[in-house]
Amino acid sequence: MTSAVSITDLHVTIAGSHVLQGVSIEVPVGGVTALLGRNGVGKTTTLRALLGLVPSTGAISVLGTDVRGWPTHRIVRLGVGYVPEDRDVFAGLTVAENLRLAERIDEPRYDDVYAIFPELRERTRQRAGTLSGGQQQMVSIARALLNGWPLLLVDEPSKGLAPRLVSELADTLERVATLATVLLVEQNLAVVRRLAQRIVVLDHGEVVHAGDAVELEDPELARRFLGVTGVR
Amino acid sequence: MNVFLALTFSGVALGAIYFLAASGLSLIYGLMDILNFAHGLFMTLGAYVAWDVATHLPASWGAPLLFVIALVASVLGGALAAGLTEVVIIRPLYGRPIGQILVTIGLDLAVVGLLLGGFGSNSLSVPVPLWLIEASHVGGLSLPNSDFVALIAGVVVLVSLELFLRRTRYGITIRAGVENRDMVSALGINVGRAFTLVFVIGGAMAGLAGLLYAVVFSGDLISPTQGDSLLIFAFIVVVIGGLGSIRGSAVAALVVGLVQDYANFYLGSHPGMAEIGNLSVVLLLALVLEWRPRGLFGSTL
Repeated sequence: MTSAVSITDLHVTIAGSHVLQGVSIEVPVGGVTALLGRNGVGKTTTLRALLGLVPSTGAISVLGTDVRGWPTHRIVRLGVGYVPEDRDVFAGLTVAENLRLAERIDEPRYDDVYAIFPELRERTRQRAGTLSGGQQQMVSIARALLNGWPLLLVDEPSKGLAPRLVSELADTLERVATLATVLLVEQNLAVVRRLAQRIVVLDHGEVVHAGDAVELEDPELARRFLGVTGVR
Repeated sequence: MNVFLALTFSGVALGAIYFLAASGLSLIYGLMDILNFAHGLFMTLGAYVAWDVATHLPASWGAPLLFVIALVASVLGGALAAGLTEVVIIRPLYGRPIGQILVTIGLDLAVVGLLLGGFGSNSLSVPVPLWLIEASHVGGLSLPNSDFVALIAGVVVLVSLELFLRRTRYGITIRAGVENRDMVSALGINVGRAFTLVFVIGGAMAGLAGLLYAVVFSGDLISPTQGDSLLIFAFIVVVIGGLGSIRGSAVAALVVGLVQDYANFYLGSHPGMAEIGNLSVVLLLALVLEWRPRGLFGSTL
Protein backbone atom coordinates (compact mmCIF):
# COMPACT_ATOMS: atom_id res chain seq x y z
CA MET A 1 0.00 0.00 0.00
CA THR A 2 1.61 3.24 -1.16
CA SER A 3 -1.39 5.49 -0.65
CA ALA A 4 -3.28 5.94 2.59
CA VAL A 5 -6.07 7.53 0.58
CA SER A 6 -6.72 7.32 -3.14
CA ILE A 7 -9.58 9.33 -4.61
CA THR A 8 -10.38 9.18 -8.32
CA ASP A 9 -12.91 11.31 -10.19
CA LEU A 10 -14.99 12.11 -7.10
CA HIS A 11 -18.27 13.90 -7.73
CA VAL A 12 -20.62 15.19 -5.05
CA THR A 13 -23.88 17.04 -5.60
CA ILE A 14 -25.59 18.63 -2.60
CA ALA A 15 -29.03 20.24 -2.93
CA GLY A 16 -28.58 20.59 -6.68
CA SER A 17 -25.12 22.15 -6.38
CA HIS A 18 -22.27 20.23 -8.03
CA VAL A 19 -19.80 20.71 -5.16
CA LEU A 20 -17.07 18.28 -6.21
CA GLN A 21 -16.46 17.96 -9.95
CA GLY A 22 -14.09 15.09 -10.51
CA VAL A 23 -11.62 15.41 -7.65
CA SER A 24 -8.63 13.03 -7.72
CA ILE A 25 -6.20 12.96 -4.79
CA GLU A 26 -3.43 10.62 -3.66
CA VAL A 27 -2.42 10.82 0.00
CA PRO A 28 0.80 8.87 0.55
CA VAL A 29 1.37 6.89 3.73
CA GLY A 30 3.04 8.92 6.47
CA GLY A 31 3.33 12.63 7.15
CA VAL A 32 0.83 15.41 6.59
CA THR A 33 -0.95 16.20 3.35
CA ALA A 34 -2.78 19.52 3.43
CA LEU A 35 -5.96 20.12 1.47
CA LEU A 36 -6.11 23.83 0.70
CA GLY A 37 -8.40 26.28 -1.02
CA ARG A 38 -10.69 29.21 -0.46
CA ASN A 39 -13.87 28.88 1.58
CA GLY A 40 -16.55 26.81 -0.10
CA VAL A 41 -14.38 25.07 -2.69
CA GLY A 42 -15.22 21.59 -1.37
CA LYS A 43 -12.48 20.71 1.14
CA THR A 44 -14.81 19.65 3.95
CA THR A 45 -17.09 17.92 1.45
CA THR A 46 -14.11 15.90 0.22
CA LEU A 47 -13.43 14.62 3.75
CA ARG A 48 -17.12 13.90 4.34
CA ALA A 49 -17.39 12.03 1.02
CA LEU A 50 -14.30 10.05 1.96
CA LEU A 51 -16.10 8.94 5.12
CA GLY A 52 -19.36 8.20 3.32
CA LEU A 53 -21.15 11.01 5.13
CA VAL A 54 -22.38 12.48 1.84
CA PRO A 55 -23.41 10.51 -1.27
CA SER A 56 -20.76 10.55 -3.99
CA THR A 57 -19.70 8.91 -7.23
CA GLY A 58 -16.16 7.97 -8.16
CA ALA A 59 -13.56 5.66 -6.67
CA ILE A 60 -12.36 5.94 -3.08
CA SER A 61 -9.74 3.71 -1.55
CA VAL A 62 -8.90 4.02 2.14
CA LEU A 63 -5.85 2.25 3.56
CA GLY A 64 -5.77 0.00 0.49
CA THR A 65 -9.46 -0.96 0.57
CA ASP A 66 -12.07 0.07 -1.99
CA VAL A 67 -14.80 1.63 0.17
CA ARG A 68 -17.30 2.63 -2.50
CA GLY A 69 -20.82 2.28 -1.09
CA TRP A 70 -19.63 1.44 2.39
CA PRO A 71 -21.46 2.89 5.40
CA THR A 72 -19.48 5.39 7.45
CA HIS A 73 -18.91 3.18 10.48
CA ARG A 74 -17.29 0.45 8.36
CA ILE A 75 -14.94 2.92 6.70
CA VAL A 76 -13.94 4.35 10.07
CA ARG A 77 -13.25 0.87 11.44
CA LEU A 78 -10.64 0.35 8.74
CA GLY A 79 -8.57 2.71 10.88
CA VAL A 80 -9.69 6.28 10.29
CA GLY A 81 -9.87 8.97 12.96
CA TYR A 82 -11.94 12.06 12.15
CA VAL A 83 -11.68 15.53 13.66
CA PRO A 84 -14.58 17.49 12.13
CA GLU A 85 -14.60 21.17 11.27
CA ASP A 86 -16.73 22.33 14.18
CA ARG A 87 -15.34 19.77 16.65
CA ASP A 88 -18.78 18.19 16.98
CA VAL A 89 -18.25 17.07 20.55
CA PHE A 90 -21.43 15.75 22.12
CA ALA A 91 -22.33 18.72 24.29
CA GLY A 92 -24.70 16.87 26.61
CA LEU A 93 -22.19 14.09 27.31
CA THR A 94 -19.25 14.30 29.70
CA VAL A 95 -15.69 14.27 28.44
CA ALA A 96 -15.36 10.65 29.63
CA GLU A 97 -18.53 9.68 27.74
CA ASN A 98 -17.31 11.41 24.58
CA LEU A 99 -14.09 9.42 24.78
CA ARG A 100 -15.84 6.18 25.73
CA LEU A 101 -18.00 6.42 22.61
CA ALA A 102 -14.86 6.58 20.48
CA GLU A 103 -13.36 3.37 21.90
CA ARG A 104 -13.10 0.84 19.09
CA ILE A 105 -10.27 -1.36 20.36
CA ASP A 106 -9.92 -3.54 23.46
CA GLU A 107 -7.27 -1.37 25.06
CA PRO A 108 -7.85 2.26 24.07
CA ARG A 109 -4.76 4.43 24.32
CA TYR A 110 -5.83 6.67 27.17
CA ASP A 111 -2.25 7.03 28.39
CA ASP A 112 -1.17 8.45 25.02
CA VAL A 113 -4.18 10.77 24.89
CA TYR A 114 -3.67 12.08 28.43
CA ALA A 115 0.04 12.52 27.75
CA ILE A 116 -0.86 14.89 24.92
CA PHE A 117 -3.85 16.48 26.68
CA PRO A 118 -3.23 16.23 30.46
CA GLU A 119 -6.03 18.73 31.06
CA LEU A 120 -8.64 16.25 29.84
CA ARG A 121 -7.80 13.85 32.66
CA GLU A 122 -8.98 16.49 35.14
CA ARG A 123 -12.18 17.19 33.25
CA THR A 124 -13.52 13.71 32.59
CA ARG A 125 -16.77 14.38 34.47
CA GLN A 126 -17.37 17.81 32.93
CA ARG A 127 -20.03 18.15 30.24
CA ALA A 128 -18.32 18.75 26.89
CA GLY A 129 -20.74 21.56 26.11
CA THR A 130 -19.33 23.60 28.99
CA LEU A 131 -15.71 23.36 27.76
CA SER A 132 -13.93 26.22 26.03
CA GLY A 133 -13.36 26.02 22.26
CA GLY A 134 -9.78 24.90 22.76
CA GLN A 135 -10.77 22.22 25.26
CA GLN A 136 -13.48 20.97 22.91
CA GLN A 137 -10.86 20.71 20.20
CA MET A 138 -8.77 18.59 22.57
CA VAL A 139 -11.73 16.23 23.06
CA SER A 140 -12.31 16.06 19.33
CA ILE A 141 -8.68 15.21 18.59
CA ALA A 142 -8.48 12.85 21.57
CA ARG A 143 -11.41 10.85 20.19
CA ALA A 144 -9.54 10.43 16.92
CA LEU A 145 -6.31 9.37 18.66
CA LEU A 146 -7.80 6.93 21.16
CA ASN A 147 -7.59 3.90 18.90
CA GLY A 148 -4.18 4.55 17.40
CA TRP A 149 -5.69 4.58 13.92
CA PRO A 150 -3.17 4.85 11.05
CA LEU A 151 -5.11 7.60 9.23
CA LEU A 152 -6.47 10.88 10.59
CA LEU A 153 -8.74 13.31 8.76
CA VAL A 154 -8.45 16.69 10.46
CA ASP A 155 -10.73 19.50 9.32
CA GLU A 156 -9.77 23.09 10.16
CA PRO A 157 -8.52 22.38 13.68
CA SER A 158 -7.38 25.97 14.29
CA LYS A 159 -10.72 27.51 13.36
CA GLY A 160 -11.97 29.81 16.11
CA LEU A 161 -8.98 29.27 18.38
CA ALA A 162 -6.90 32.04 20.00
CA PRO A 163 -3.40 32.48 18.48
CA ARG A 164 -1.69 30.97 21.54
CA LEU A 165 -3.91 27.90 21.29
CA VAL A 166 -3.22 27.61 17.56
CA SER A 167 0.48 27.35 18.34
CA GLU A 168 -0.17 24.66 20.96
CA LEU A 169 -2.44 22.86 18.52
CA ALA A 170 0.30 22.85 15.89
CA ASP A 171 2.66 21.32 18.46
CA THR A 172 0.10 18.61 19.14
CA LEU A 173 -0.55 17.88 15.48
CA GLU A 174 3.19 17.68 14.89
CA ARG A 175 3.37 14.90 17.49
CA VAL A 176 0.27 13.24 16.06
CA ALA A 177 1.80 13.24 12.60
CA THR A 178 4.62 11.04 13.85
CA LEU A 179 2.04 8.38 14.72
CA ALA A 180 -0.33 8.48 11.76
CA THR A 181 -0.89 9.71 8.23
CA VAL A 182 -2.76 13.01 8.42
CA LEU A 183 -5.00 14.56 5.76
CA LEU A 184 -5.38 18.11 6.99
CA VAL A 185 -7.82 20.79 5.87
CA GLU A 186 -6.51 24.09 7.17
CA GLN A 187 -6.85 27.78 6.31
CA ASN A 188 -3.98 28.91 8.52
CA LEU A 189 -1.01 28.84 6.18
CA ALA A 190 1.50 29.20 9.01
CA VAL A 191 0.18 25.94 10.48
CA VAL A 192 0.23 24.29 7.06
CA ARG A 193 3.80 25.38 6.39
CA ARG A 194 4.89 24.00 9.71
CA LEU A 195 3.16 20.64 9.45
CA ALA A 196 2.57 19.64 5.85
CA GLN A 197 4.93 17.89 3.45
CA ARG A 198 2.47 17.87 0.57
CA ILE A 199 -0.33 20.14 -0.56
CA VAL A 200 -3.40 19.69 -2.72
CA VAL A 201 -5.25 22.84 -3.77
CA LEU A 202 -8.96 22.78 -4.60
CA ASP A 203 -10.85 25.43 -6.50
CA HIS A 204 -14.47 25.30 -7.64
CA GLY A 205 -14.71 21.63 -6.79
CA GLU A 206 -11.61 20.59 -8.73
CA VAL A 207 -7.98 19.95 -7.91
CA VAL A 208 -6.01 22.80 -9.44
CA HIS A 209 -2.62 22.04 -7.96
CA ALA A 210 -0.81 19.27 -6.13
CA GLY A 211 2.77 19.32 -5.04
CA ASP A 212 5.32 19.79 -2.34
CA ALA A 213 4.46 21.97 0.64
CA VAL A 214 7.62 23.95 0.11
CA GLU A 215 5.88 25.51 -2.91
CA LEU A 216 3.86 27.57 -0.45
CA GLU A 217 6.94 29.73 -0.09
CA ASP A 218 6.05 31.01 -3.53
CA PRO A 219 3.83 34.05 -2.93
CA GLU A 220 2.47 33.82 -6.47
CA LEU A 221 1.05 30.34 -5.84
CA ALA A 222 -0.51 31.46 -2.60
CA ARG A 223 -2.05 34.46 -4.31
CA ARG A 224 -3.26 32.57 -7.35
CA PHE A 225 -4.80 29.56 -5.63
CA LEU A 226 -5.57 30.67 -2.13
CA GLY A 227 -6.35 34.34 -2.60
CA VAL A 228 -3.84 35.46 0.00
CA THR A 229 -1.00 37.92 -0.40
CA GLY A 230 2.14 38.68 1.55
CA VAL A 231 2.06 35.35 3.32
CA ARG A 232 5.04 34.23 5.38
CA MET B 1 -59.14 18.46 50.36
CA ASN B 2 -59.49 14.70 50.14
CA VAL B 3 -61.13 15.02 46.75
CA PHE B 4 -58.26 17.17 45.51
CA LEU B 5 -55.68 14.68 46.77
CA ALA B 6 -57.52 11.76 45.21
CA LEU B 7 -57.76 13.68 41.94
CA THR B 8 -54.08 14.45 42.10
CA PHE B 9 -53.25 10.79 42.59
CA SER B 10 -55.48 9.82 39.69
CA GLY B 11 -53.89 12.54 37.52
CA VAL B 12 -50.42 11.32 38.36
CA ALA B 13 -51.43 7.76 37.40
CA LEU B 14 -52.80 9.03 34.12
CA GLY B 15 -49.56 10.95 33.64
CA ALA B 16 -47.59 7.75 34.23
CA ILE B 17 -49.43 6.06 31.37
CA TYR B 18 -48.93 9.08 29.13
CA PHE B 19 -45.24 8.92 29.96
CA LEU B 20 -45.07 5.24 28.96
CA ALA B 21 -46.84 6.07 25.71
CA ALA B 22 -44.78 9.19 24.96
CA SER B 23 -41.21 8.40 25.99
CA GLY B 24 -40.60 5.94 23.16
CA LEU B 25 -42.14 8.32 20.67
CA SER B 26 -39.85 11.07 21.93
CA LEU B 27 -36.73 8.89 21.72
CA ILE B 28 -37.61 7.77 18.20
CA TYR B 29 -38.06 11.34 17.01
CA GLY B 30 -35.01 12.62 18.89
CA LEU B 31 -32.64 10.04 17.49
CA MET B 32 -34.14 9.34 14.09
CA ASP B 33 -36.23 12.39 13.17
CA ILE B 34 -39.16 10.08 12.54
CA LEU B 35 -42.69 11.15 13.37
CA ASN B 36 -43.91 7.63 14.02
CA PHE B 37 -47.65 7.53 13.54
CA ALA B 38 -47.57 3.75 14.02
CA HIS B 39 -46.72 4.22 17.70
CA GLY B 40 -50.39 3.96 18.66
CA LEU B 41 -50.43 0.65 16.87
CA PHE B 42 -47.70 -0.66 19.18
CA MET B 43 -49.92 0.27 22.14
CA THR B 44 -52.90 -1.52 20.64
CA LEU B 45 -50.93 -4.61 19.65
CA GLY B 46 -49.32 -4.79 23.10
CA ALA B 47 -52.78 -4.85 24.67
CA TYR B 48 -54.11 -7.45 22.19
CA VAL B 49 -51.12 -9.74 22.63
CA ALA B 50 -51.59 -9.47 26.41
CA TRP B 51 -55.28 -10.29 26.06
CA ASP B 52 -54.56 -13.20 23.73
CA VAL B 53 -51.94 -14.73 26.03
CA ALA B 54 -53.96 -14.19 29.22
CA THR B 55 -57.14 -15.70 27.79
CA HIS B 56 -55.45 -18.76 26.30
CA LEU B 57 -53.54 -19.82 29.39
CA PRO B 58 -55.28 -22.07 31.94
CA ALA B 59 -57.40 -20.07 34.39
CA SER B 60 -56.14 -22.45 37.08
CA TRP B 61 -52.86 -20.54 37.03
CA GLY B 62 -54.63 -17.84 38.96
CA ALA B 63 -55.52 -14.28 37.99
CA PRO B 64 -52.47 -12.61 39.60
CA LEU B 65 -49.98 -14.79 37.70
CA LEU B 66 -51.95 -14.41 34.47
CA PHE B 67 -51.92 -10.64 34.88
CA VAL B 68 -48.16 -10.59 35.39
CA ILE B 69 -47.77 -12.74 32.29
CA ALA B 70 -50.10 -10.36 30.43
CA LEU B 71 -47.91 -7.41 31.46
CA VAL B 72 -44.81 -9.19 30.14
CA ALA B 73 -46.66 -10.17 26.96
CA SER B 74 -47.72 -6.56 26.35
CA VAL B 75 -44.10 -5.45 26.62
CA LEU B 76 -42.86 -8.20 24.30
CA GLY B 77 -45.73 -7.69 21.84
CA GLY B 78 -45.09 -3.95 21.57
CA ALA B 79 -41.34 -4.50 21.28
CA LEU B 80 -41.69 -7.12 18.54
CA ALA B 81 -44.16 -5.02 16.56
CA ALA B 82 -41.88 -1.98 16.80
CA GLY B 83 -38.72 -3.90 15.91
CA LEU B 84 -40.35 -5.43 12.84
CA THR B 85 -41.74 -2.05 11.80
CA GLU B 86 -38.30 -0.44 11.96
CA VAL B 87 -36.48 -3.22 10.12
CA VAL B 88 -39.07 -3.96 7.43
CA ILE B 89 -40.87 -0.65 6.84
CA ILE B 90 -38.89 2.29 8.22
CA ARG B 91 -35.34 1.30 7.30
CA PRO B 92 -35.81 1.56 3.51
CA LEU B 93 -37.26 5.06 4.03
CA TYR B 94 -34.50 6.77 6.00
CA GLY B 95 -34.03 10.33 4.82
CA ARG B 96 -37.56 10.40 3.35
CA PRO B 97 -39.69 11.97 6.10
CA ILE B 98 -42.88 12.28 4.06
CA GLY B 99 -42.62 8.62 3.08
CA GLN B 100 -42.12 7.67 6.74
CA ILE B 101 -45.18 9.60 7.84
CA LEU B 102 -47.35 8.15 5.11
CA VAL B 103 -46.19 4.58 5.62
CA THR B 104 -46.61 4.69 9.41
CA ILE B 105 -50.11 6.14 9.05
CA GLY B 106 -50.89 3.49 6.43
CA LEU B 107 -49.55 0.71 8.62
CA ASP B 108 -51.64 1.91 11.55
CA LEU B 109 -54.81 2.06 9.45
CA ALA B 110 -54.16 -1.35 7.90
CA VAL B 111 -53.48 -3.18 11.17
CA VAL B 112 -56.38 -1.49 12.97
CA GLY B 113 -58.55 -2.64 10.04
CA LEU B 114 -57.21 -6.17 10.41
CA LEU B 115 -57.95 -6.14 14.14
CA LEU B 116 -61.47 -4.89 13.48
CA GLY B 117 -61.93 -7.66 10.92
CA GLY B 118 -60.46 -10.34 13.17
CA PHE B 119 -61.87 -9.40 16.55
CA GLY B 120 -64.82 -7.16 15.68
CA SER B 121 -65.47 -3.67 16.91
CA ASN B 122 -66.61 -4.78 20.35
CA SER B 123 -64.17 -4.27 23.15
CA LEU B 124 -62.49 -7.32 24.66
CA SER B 125 -62.08 -7.83 28.35
CA VAL B 126 -58.61 -8.47 29.76
CA PRO B 127 -58.72 -10.83 32.76
CA VAL B 128 -57.36 -9.05 35.80
CA PRO B 129 -57.10 -10.07 39.46
CA LEU B 130 -59.82 -8.85 41.77
CA TRP B 131 -57.50 -6.69 43.88
CA LEU B 132 -56.71 -4.62 40.81
CA ILE B 133 -60.32 -3.46 40.63
CA GLU B 134 -60.43 -2.70 44.34
CA ALA B 135 -59.14 0.34 46.18
CA SER B 136 -56.70 0.84 49.02
CA HIS B 137 -57.33 3.20 51.91
CA VAL B 138 -54.42 5.52 52.54
CA GLY B 139 -54.71 8.37 55.05
CA GLY B 140 -58.45 8.60 54.69
CA LEU B 141 -58.30 8.41 50.90
CA SER B 142 -59.69 5.59 48.81
CA LEU B 143 -57.22 5.11 45.96
CA PRO B 144 -57.70 2.58 43.12
CA ASN B 145 -55.11 -0.18 43.17
CA SER B 146 -54.83 0.02 39.39
CA ASP B 147 -53.56 3.59 39.78
CA PHE B 148 -50.79 2.28 42.02
CA VAL B 149 -49.81 -0.24 39.32
CA ALA B 150 -49.68 2.49 36.67
CA LEU B 151 -47.64 4.75 38.95
CA ILE B 152 -45.18 2.01 39.86
CA ALA B 153 -44.82 1.01 36.18
CA GLY B 154 -44.15 4.64 35.21
CA VAL B 155 -41.53 5.13 37.92
CA VAL B 156 -39.81 1.80 37.19
CA VAL B 157 -39.66 2.58 33.47
CA LEU B 158 -38.40 6.14 34.06
CA VAL B 159 -35.64 5.00 36.43
CA SER B 160 -34.68 2.07 34.17
CA LEU B 161 -34.59 4.30 31.12
CA GLU B 162 -32.47 6.91 32.88
CA LEU B 163 -30.03 4.24 34.09
CA PHE B 164 -29.91 2.70 30.63
CA LEU B 165 -29.30 6.04 28.90
CA ARG B 166 -26.65 7.19 31.37
CA ARG B 167 -24.83 4.04 32.41
CA THR B 168 -24.73 1.78 29.37
CA ARG B 169 -22.76 2.09 26.18
CA TYR B 170 -25.90 1.78 24.06
CA GLY B 171 -27.56 4.45 26.16
CA ILE B 172 -24.66 6.84 25.65
CA THR B 173 -24.74 6.07 21.94
CA ILE B 174 -28.44 6.95 21.79
CA ARG B 175 -27.92 10.23 23.68
CA ALA B 176 -25.06 11.11 21.37
CA GLY B 177 -27.11 10.13 18.34
CA VAL B 178 -29.89 12.50 19.35
CA GLU B 179 -27.29 15.31 19.25
CA ASN B 180 -25.39 14.35 16.11
CA ARG B 181 -26.00 11.13 14.22
CA ASP B 182 -23.29 11.69 11.62
CA MET B 183 -20.63 12.12 14.28
CA VAL B 184 -21.69 8.90 16.00
CA SER B 185 -21.19 7.09 12.67
CA ALA B 186 -17.86 8.87 12.22
CA LEU B 187 -16.70 7.29 15.48
CA GLY B 188 -17.22 3.87 13.90
CA ILE B 189 -20.57 3.10 15.49
CA ASN B 190 -23.36 1.37 13.57
CA VAL B 191 -26.17 3.85 14.20
CA GLY B 192 -28.64 1.53 12.48
CA ARG B 193 -28.45 -0.87 15.43
CA ALA B 194 -29.15 1.99 17.82
CA PHE B 195 -32.17 2.91 15.64
CA THR B 196 -33.60 -0.60 15.93
CA LEU B 197 -32.94 -0.70 19.66
CA VAL B 198 -34.72 2.62 20.19
CA PHE B 199 -37.73 1.36 18.26
CA VAL B 200 -37.80 -1.85 20.31
CA ILE B 201 -37.55 0.05 23.62
CA GLY B 202 -40.21 2.53 22.52
CA GLY B 203 -42.48 -0.29 21.36
CA ALA B 204 -42.06 -2.17 24.64
CA MET B 205 -43.12 0.87 26.64
CA ALA B 206 -45.99 1.55 24.25
CA GLY B 207 -47.23 -2.03 24.60
CA LEU B 208 -47.21 -1.70 28.38
CA ALA B 209 -49.01 1.65 28.13
CA GLY B 210 -51.67 0.05 25.94
CA LEU B 211 -52.46 -2.65 28.48
CA LEU B 212 -52.29 -0.36 31.53
CA TYR B 213 -54.51 2.27 29.90
CA ALA B 214 -57.16 -0.41 29.40
CA VAL B 215 -56.80 -1.64 32.98
CA VAL B 216 -56.75 1.79 34.64
CA PHE B 217 -59.12 3.87 32.53
CA SER B 218 -61.18 1.61 30.26
CA GLY B 219 -62.60 -0.93 32.70
CA ASP B 220 -60.18 -3.65 31.53
CA LEU B 221 -61.49 -3.34 27.99
CA ILE B 222 -59.31 -3.13 24.89
CA SER B 223 -60.36 -2.03 21.42
CA PRO B 224 -58.61 -1.72 18.04
CA THR B 225 -58.64 2.09 18.13
CA GLN B 226 -57.51 2.66 21.71
CA GLY B 227 -53.88 3.19 20.70
CA ASP B 228 -54.81 5.94 18.26
CA SER B 229 -56.70 7.82 21.01
CA LEU B 230 -53.72 7.53 23.34
CA LEU B 231 -51.31 8.52 20.55
CA ILE B 232 -52.79 12.01 20.33
CA PHE B 233 -51.97 12.66 23.98
CA ALA B 234 -48.57 11.03 23.58
CA PHE B 235 -47.74 13.49 20.79
CA ILE B 236 -48.90 16.41 22.93
CA VAL B 237 -46.72 15.22 25.81
CA VAL B 238 -43.70 14.84 23.52
CA VAL B 239 -44.10 18.33 22.08
CA ILE B 240 -44.64 19.94 25.50
CA GLY B 241 -41.70 18.05 27.03
CA GLY B 242 -39.35 18.72 24.14
CA LEU B 243 -38.69 16.34 21.26
CA GLY B 244 -36.06 13.78 22.26
CA SER B 245 -36.13 14.52 26.00
CA ILE B 246 -37.06 11.67 28.35
CA ARG B 247 -37.13 13.91 31.43
CA GLY B 248 -39.19 16.40 29.46
CA SER B 249 -41.66 13.65 28.59
CA ALA B 250 -41.91 12.64 32.25
CA VAL B 251 -42.61 16.17 33.45
CA ALA B 252 -44.99 16.95 30.59
CA ALA B 253 -46.89 13.69 31.07
CA LEU B 254 -47.39 14.52 34.72
CA VAL B 255 -48.61 18.03 33.95
CA VAL B 256 -50.93 16.86 31.17
CA GLY B 257 -52.40 14.09 33.35
CA LEU B 258 -53.06 16.49 36.22
CA VAL B 259 -54.50 19.28 34.07
CA GLN B 260 -56.80 16.85 32.30
CA ASP B 261 -57.97 15.27 35.54
CA TYR B 262 -58.57 18.59 37.35
CA ALA B 263 -60.37 20.10 34.38
CA ASN B 264 -62.60 17.06 33.90
CA PHE B 265 -63.62 17.01 37.56
CA TYR B 266 -64.01 20.70 38.34
CA LEU B 267 -65.36 21.91 34.99
CA GLY B 268 -66.57 18.83 33.15
CA SER B 269 -69.93 18.61 34.92
CA HIS B 270 -71.06 22.00 33.58
CA PRO B 271 -73.36 21.98 30.53
CA GLY B 272 -71.43 21.68 27.27
CA MET B 273 -68.12 21.12 29.05
CA ALA B 274 -67.89 17.34 28.74
CA GLU B 275 -64.70 17.56 26.68
CA ILE B 276 -63.07 20.28 28.77
CA GLY B 277 -60.31 17.91 29.93
CA ASN B 278 -59.14 17.31 26.37
CA LEU B 279 -59.56 20.97 25.46
CA SER B 280 -57.51 22.08 28.45
CA VAL B 281 -54.64 19.85 27.32
CA VAL B 282 -54.70 21.39 23.86
CA LEU B 283 -54.74 24.87 25.40
CA LEU B 284 -51.79 23.88 27.57
CA LEU B 285 -49.95 22.76 24.43
CA ALA B 286 -50.65 26.10 22.75
CA LEU B 287 -49.41 28.03 25.79
CA VAL B 288 -46.18 26.04 26.05
CA LEU B 289 -45.49 26.40 22.33
CA GLU B 290 -46.04 30.13 22.59
CA TRP B 291 -43.73 30.40 25.59
CA ARG B 292 -41.11 27.78 24.67
CA PRO B 293 -41.43 26.57 21.07
CA ARG B 294 -38.85 23.81 21.65
CA GLY B 295 -40.80 22.45 24.61
CA LEU B 296 -39.90 22.45 28.29
CA PHE B 297 -36.65 20.52 27.96
CA GLY B 298 -35.51 21.36 24.43
CA SER B 299 -33.79 18.47 22.69
CA THR B 300 -31.46 17.06 25.31
CA LEU B 301 -31.92 13.69 26.95
